[in-house]
Amino acid sequence: MSLTVAFAALFAGVVVWAILARKLSAKPWERSVAADLEAGGTAAGTPPAKVGLWAFLGVITSLFGLFITAYWMRMEHAHGGQADWNPIAVPRQLWVNTALLILSSAAMQWARSGANHARADRVRTGLIAGGLFAWVFLAGQLLAWHQLSASGFIASNPAVAFFYLLTGVHGLHLLGGLFVWGKTVVAMARPGVELVDLRLSVELCTVYWHYLLLVWLVLFTVLLST
Amino acid sequence: MAYVAIADRDHVLHDPETFIRKYIWSQDHKVIAIQYSITAIAIGLVALGMSVLMRLQLGFPHAFSLIAPNNYYQFITMHGMIMVIYLLTALFLGGFGNYLIPLMCGARDMVFPYMNMLSYWVYLVAVLVLVAGFFIPGGPTGAGWTLYPPQSVLPGTPGSSWGIVFMLVSLGIFIVAFTMGGLNYVTTVLQARCRGMTLMRMPLSIWGIFMATVLGLLAFPALLVGAVMMTLDSLLGTSFFLPAVVSMGQPPTHSGGSPLLFQHLFWFFGHPEVYIVALPAFGIVSDLLSTHARRHIFGYRMMVWAILAIGCLSFVVWAHHMYVSGMNPYFGFFFATTTLIIAVPTAIKVYNWVLTLWRGDIHLTVPMLFAIGFIFTFVNGGLTGLFLGNVTVDVPLSATYFVVAHFHMVMGVSPILVVFGAIYHWYPKITGRMLNDTLGRIHFWLTFLGTYAIYLPMHYLGILGVPRRYYAFGGTEFLPDSVQSVNAAITISALFVAAVQMVFLFNLIWSLRYGKPAGGNPWRATTLEWQTPDTPPKHGNWGPRLPVVYRWAYDYSVPGAKEDFIPQNQPPDAQAPATHEQVAKP
Repeated sequence: MSLTVAFAALFAGVVVWAILARKLSAKPWERSVAADLEAGGTAAGTPPAKVGLWAFLGVITSLFGLFITAYWMRMEHAHGGQADWNPIAVPRQLWVNTALLILSSAAMQWARSGANHARADRVRTGLIAGGLFAWVFLAGQLLAWHQLSASGFIASNPAVAFFYLLTGVHGLHLLGGLFVWGKTVVAMARPGVELVDLRLSVELCTVYWHYLLLVWLVLFTVLLST
Repeated sequence: MAYVAIADRDHVLHDPETFIRKYIWSQDHKVIAIQYSITAIAIGLVALGMSVLMRLQLGFPHAFSLIAPNNYYQFITMHGMIMVIYLLTALFLGGFGNYLIPLMCGARDMVFPYMNMLSYWVYLVAVLVLVAGFFIPGGPTGAGWTLYPPQSVLPGTPGSSWGIVFMLVSLGIFIVAFTMGGLNYVTTVLQARCRGMTLMRMPLSIWGIFMATVLGLLAFPALLVGAVMMTLDSLLGTSFFLPAVVSMGQPPTHSGGSPLLFQHLFWFFGHPEVYIVALPAFGIVSDLLSTHARRHIFGYRMMVWAILAIGCLSFVVWAHHMYVSGMNPYFGFFFATTTLIIAVPTAIKVYNWVLTLWRGDIHLTVPMLFAIGFIFTFVNGGLTGLFLGNVTVDVPLSATYFVVAHFHMVMGVSPILVVFGAIYHWYPKITGRMLNDTLGRIHFWLTFLGTYAIYLPMHYLGILGVPRRYYAFGGTEFLPDSVQSVNAAITISALFVAAVQMVFLFNLIWSLRYGKPAGGNPWRATTLEWQTPDTPPKHGNWGPRLPVVYRWAYDYSVPGAKEDFIPQNQPPDAQAPATHEQVAKP
């Protein structure tokens, strides 16, 4: 729990400092600022979808942070007398999957830089490759689930339960990303579509992909430390 | 069709024409706000009805046989859960947040209108799943609104097989709905404010709603984590929370789960939830006081900083709900300290409200009555919070009516008074008609005095040691007989207060048709929502040109000004209220 609090404090601190501190010292009641026509959010130039995505990443961070906190607290609890936590051998498949997810993220980055350099072919290749790698990653996760259950599935062992829970929640988030990816691919396939129309979607997909890769790396480390 | 929230438009786009697109599958934030509000109030009435039944049981235990002990626990649970989450959270953020954010920030709509619409419909599904819990075998869960395991999933508790699952699933769906709405509110406040609307010119209502949304986005995941893990415990036999207990003589089905882990997760959500409800109330009440006292809000910057400070601090006080769960004394000391620290920014707000009234030109309109009533009730409820925040005082009082009185005063009655004040205040903008003033005054006085008649005696009962959560009392020789008389009196007051709410509902419906026409700005207020070209505002809010803001939201009774208020969009030197053609480019 202290970890989550530390995160929350850090997050709040960064938000307050970076976005607000400068603006929050304004004295709006003074007449001299009456002519100050500094725009509200509109002049910032950041597309709302981007801000929305970053806010969503904050929500996910909180969610996974709490899941990981719960994992550690439950493990501590088991070590404090209730010896029901039987460490599991993490399936080898996960190493392959990790490589796949890194490839997926790299392909998305390739697409994004293609969008910045007006290279439609690179966007197409990168986007499709990135999505496909992600699908293969999900299939690999299912395979890992299968391998683990074949080696004897005991629901009451919290190590097993957490393995399914954490990988499952991560997979669901990736599926959500793939839904947006699918919409982007469909938009790309439409005749006469311009690269500028896709640029934001590609960029946001890439950010989300990198973020889920980061989440996965943390989760994988946590699962290895069983 | 949805369109960009922050652009001027010269021609009328295709506004929705059909009834369904306009009122049902609407992407207009104002329609969604009304949908949210009606749903929240409807489910809130269900919770009100349950509290009436519980009060009848407590006040006249032998006269009625309306509910059995199991029903009593189910009603306690559902009453708490509905009031806190499905009514107050949904009404403040989904209702007022949706209505006020675009209008007060000078935007045409939320930045993601489609997601906003989805948010309402998903919320409706959550409510329906919750209601469905009443009709399943075993009925809804009776575990108490905190849903503590292991009792919530073990046989013996009402609804332990399916009721609890429906509850958890409904909460999960609610959180999805809230997240979709919440991302909208945050992004709209950050990205869609009109020209000149700097952060420090935003009305405090928006600040309160904004910070509450941030809290919700970061805190609701804790409830989601708890709900998911408990659902798995209950359905798949995992042991996240469930310890190896011998239940009803049956051998244990679970291994060594940690019930305390759930309590941590629940209250890591549960305490910020208090402020998710309170911060919008703080913000709205600031605007009501300022408008109806015709005086600028005292210490605007301090108010903003206090909102931010309360928001941050609310994440480090959760374990003061767990003093009696068994914890390290140093841990308790830490949380008692943070709990007392959070009283500082809260007290600053209270002082500033009172100082706003000081030498103001106070108009005792109905919204103002509710706002002043809020200050009283909130101070009362807050002060008992200082008692309960201390470990040594909390331990003997924790399981008594003192706690019931405290949290009903501070986060039941206080925010509801603000809700009423806000409805009386903004109803003219929403419908174009005033609510009936006489009925409003009757509603206020009977509600305000009635809730005091309910909750003040409860403090006394608590100090006597009357335990909470009990269906009926027996074997409690240490309690004098007068306790029963007090309980009967409380019940009678509660029936009165519940009945008075019907007057309010009648007023809402009656005034829709027969209320006095309100005009665009009946309260002579400065904020942007009162400056719309149409009342009620049309789809797109602002006509062809977005407003431009030149000043803060609290220019009331400015010396030398012609009127006692200057709208935010009035240019510095213009005599008449601004129209956009008169605006000189900077």
